[in-house]
Amino acid sequence: MMKSLPLVFFGLFATLALSWAGLLWQGQKQLGGLQPMSEYYAIDPISNKSRLEKPQKDEDRFPQEPVGLAQQGKAQYINLGCVSCHTQQVRRQGFGADFERGWGDRQSVPRDYIHQKRVLLGSSRTGPDLANVGQRRESPDWFHQHLYNPQSVSPGSTMPPYAFLYEKREIGQNGGNLAKALELPAEFAPEEGHEIVPTLKAEALVAYLRSLKLDYNLPEMRLPDESQE
Amino acid sequence: MNTPSTTKPPAAAQLSEIDKAMKWPALLFLLSAVVWLLTGTVFALLTAVKSTNPGFLAGCEWLTYGRVQAAYFNCLIYGWGGNASFGVGLWILARLCRKPMPMPGMLLVGGVFWNAAVKIGVAGIIIGDMTSVEWLEMPTYASSLLAFASILLAIWGTLAFRYRQPGPVFVSQLYILGALFWFPWIYVTAQIFLFVDPARGVVQSLTNLWYAHNLLGLWLIPTGLSAAYYLIPKILGRPIHSYYFATLGFWSLALFTGWGGMRHIVGGPAPAWMATVGIVASMAMVLPIVILAVNHHLTIIGRFEKVAASPALRFVVFGTVSFTLAGLIGCVMSLRSVGEVSQFTLMGVGHVHHWIYAFFSMIMFGAIYFMMPRLLNRSWPSGKLIQGHFWCSAIGITVMLVALYAGGWIQGLQMTAIDADGSLVNEDFLQIVRNTLPWLHARTASLLILAIGQLAFTANILWMIFHAVLSWKESLSSAKSSLLPETAAS
Repeated sequence: MMKSLPLVFFGLFATLALSWAGLLWQGQKQLGGLQPMSEYYAIDPISNKSRLEKPQKDEDRFPQEPVGLAQQGKAQYINLGCVSCHTQQVRRQGFGADFERGWGDRQSVPRDYIHQKRVLLGSSRTGPDLANVGQRRESPDWFHQHLYNPQSVSPGSTMPPYAFLYEKREIGQNGGNLAKALELPAEFAPEEGHEIVPTLKAEALVAYLRSLKLDYNLPEMRLPDESQE
Repeated sequence: MNTPSTTKPPAAAQLSEIDKAMKWPALLFLLSAVVWLLTGTVFALLTAVKSTNPGFLAGCEWLTYGRVQAAYFNCLIYGWGGNASFGVGLWILARLCRKPMPMPGMLLVGGVFWNAAVKIGVAGIIIGDMTSVEWLEMPTYASSLLAFASILLAIWGTLAFRYRQPGPVFVSQLYILGALFWFPWIYVTAQIFLFVDPARGVVQSLTNLWYAHNLLGLWLIPTGLSAAYYLIPKILGRPIHSYYFATLGFWSLALFTGWGGMRHIVGGPAPAWMATVGIVASMAMVLPIVILAVNHHLTIIGRFEKVAASPALRFVVFGTVSFTLAGLIGCVMSLRSVGEVSQFTLMGVGHVHHWIYAFFSMIMFGAIYFMMPRLLNRSWPSGKLIQGHFWCSAIGITVMLVALYAGGWIQGLQMTAIDADGSLVNEDFLQIVRNTLPWLHARTASLLILAIGQLAFTANILWMIFHAVLSWKESLSSAKSSLLPETAAS
């Protein structure tokens, strides 16, 4: 028994092939063809077939393609390893406390991720979940302050400062752009006559973070009624 | 399958022939492994200090938390884990094939490529080319080299097995062949599905979970088990408890492991059946875990004086006990009600260290203590340093596991606790973060203890090599002086 090489290798192959086929191939079959969809599609939960209830317009189809600057920001998110402390998945209501923490008004579903060239679900919540952070935080200023030095808006946070994404420059030089400069509490502000300005990397990263929103309905997952107009 | 006790063990002379053929590849892998272990510990300490003091070296983009954390895991898994697993695994495979193996050059090439790949990969992570896919953070320009090296080594292992001395197949050989064959498969699959032709949406995440789970379960764990199955009977001089169970344990582990990773997506954006499959498979792992526990522990039981006498065996036994514990904890953590709390907390990183350090690394340390004297034909220069290494490792990893399991569980409870009217018990997220700090400080301390042990280990190895080089030089000069009169005469 198991003395011959072909037999051993058949066993080694078959055991892994089973889980490969059962999870990845089956997963690809079930999820690989998902398309953006309007909420007016009704999906029959048993047959899994969809039926159009209203004519579908392009602007009703979700999720929508991300825009350029946010995509550049995602590259920053990836190369800085933000995923090591932040998830991007809202768990269903009643499983954990994601809803109660205000991390989302609805659960994330596979269709939410179909446009993502790199899916960053994450496995650690050293920091809060970010799947819906763009809806939680309105102002770009908050993101910049938080990235420049988390202590300035979240005292006691263990998130590292990303000051290297910002430039300190003398006010007035290079046609100093005051509108872009960060408003910081006195103890975090640079010395007199200087200002902190986001680099393009920081602007892109903030654009990406602000684009993370679960504010649309899908046929299989709707926002709770009170948040709809 | 024949039991090994019915066949004659290979003569010592033959074994030393086999060891001779494997000497340079084994040394290359083992010494590289130690260098990576130390490099990994430097990154681990940086990660640990940064997790409690976010301002530490924060001005340097290359050493930002996300990058050093990824660099740490890649050093630990591919640098230390990969080299140790090839060094120990291929050496055991060659010994069990009972024949001096040809083509050690192929192993040297594989080893050089593997190490070059990890170096380029870790450098790529630091300079900002990382992928942010867990345990696959190396940029593709490094991963293609890594895949090539692993395929080369797998081919060598297959050929070695094909042309072995006829006779019984040992369960250690099955585990090594499995590890050699499965790694390139999961690695290449993951590279294709994630980077070459990225799959749509969360199929990527499923691939990542399948890969990461199998990286531990079908690569590092089989190598560790193979070494345990080889060393325990070898050092004790008695066969393992049940050979029939050993085979059953191997094939059930091979069958169930592949499905277990999906338990991590419980509550997440994937069809519910996937998490269920992962939980069922994780529970089914009880079978191979119990079989392995019975085989390892019952072979040892009643022979503790031998465990105390053999430094190698002491590490291996610590590793096998950790196997049983980590396995059972994994079963419990897979349950939905437990996963709801433990998911996304420090418990995850704790469990990974339970496997990689308390199980895999401890067995690899034991195997290296057994191998090096046979490769260099000399004994370890210092028993004290071995003792120091053992106790630092045992205490360090225990402190780390307690800190991460306990701290993670408390963190999870505080994050998920809801009172009777549906509002949060611990409203302030930052307070939960602050509450993890004492546990994270304990982790930093545990890493320092582990580092002291690793330094003792390294010092012993360097001392041994220094002696080996000295005596090699002596034999060279004495050979020269004995040759001189002859040359003068001719």
